[in-house]
Amino acid sequence: MGYVGIAPVELERPETDSVTAPGTPWVTLVWNDPVNLMSYVTYVFMTHFGYSKDKAQKLMSDVHTKGRAAVSNGTREEMEIDVTAMHSYGLWATLQKDD
Amino acid sequence: MAAYGFRRSFGGRIVLRCDEGERGMLAHLLRQLVEFVTPDEDPWGPGADPLAQLVGIDPDAERSDDPALARLFPDAYADDEEASSEFRRFTERTLRDTKLAHATTVLACLERSGDKLVLGDGEAQAWLGSLNDLRLTLGSRLGLEEDNHELFASLPEDDPAFALFHVYDWLTYLQETLVRALSGFAAELVEDDD
Repeated sequence: MGYVGIAPVELERPETDSVTAPGTPWVTLVWNDPVNLMSYVTYVFMTHFGYSKDKAQKLMSDVHTKGRAAVSNGTREEMEIDVTAMHSYGLWATLQKDD
Repeated sequence: MAAYGFRRSFGGRIVLRCDEGERGMLAHLLRQLVEFVTPDEDPWGPGADPLAQLVGIDPDAERSDDPALARLFPDAYADDEEASSEFRRFTERTLRDTKLAHATTVLACLERSGDKLVLGDGEAQAWLGSLNDLRLTLGSRLGLEEDNHELFASLPEDDPAFALFHVYDWLTYLQETLVRALSGFAAELVEDDD
């Protein structure tokens, strides 16, 4: 595999985010892609997050029509767990601070 | 390909009907998937950090130049390469192992079964994962976009992408019927012992 030019990591990860501002919300975003089935995305939201079918379908619809949707929020660590789960289901997900 | 797909039986089991040719095609694709997601080099060979190995850290994990691999193992941060890189070192190895375990389970189902496959719950999740991994990989190879499915569907038979797209389309059908069978969106029941 080729090296793609990621800068060397000096571990300057800003842990201050969660230390100085424990309430700072982070979100998990799921992005639209041309392969994942609408029924499958709905199923994943119901299965992983325990959302109702209505809520899961609304979020799936947002992903599909708006290009992305915030599907969960919480601490950075919680969002990393959700993103890991979404990746294991094959969904394209990222986390970021909620603006 | 015959359009049978997955059904939930009266007894609550997930059942797939597919013939020998279809099982052979699935096994062929899954073996390719296994090869595809297996790391190029084992970062946990001799001399590896035993603690890193214990907690599943892969110090060499990095985003692939191959679009299909980059899609299977995406960045976790849209605009923070450093955070994505660190996240990847902590999670990618486990994600690869999950995909390999799913493919191995599905291959074992295919090997033990005839035209009628009956899945346990854990096996159904493995099938769901592997079908999606295969579709993501083929979709990336084909260059599928949101608005070009019809274009692929109308390709002439002698086009190199024709066969690949029809395999992709068949996998889509299988996954769609499996999701339905698992979530009960449609009560399509079949006899357990027909």
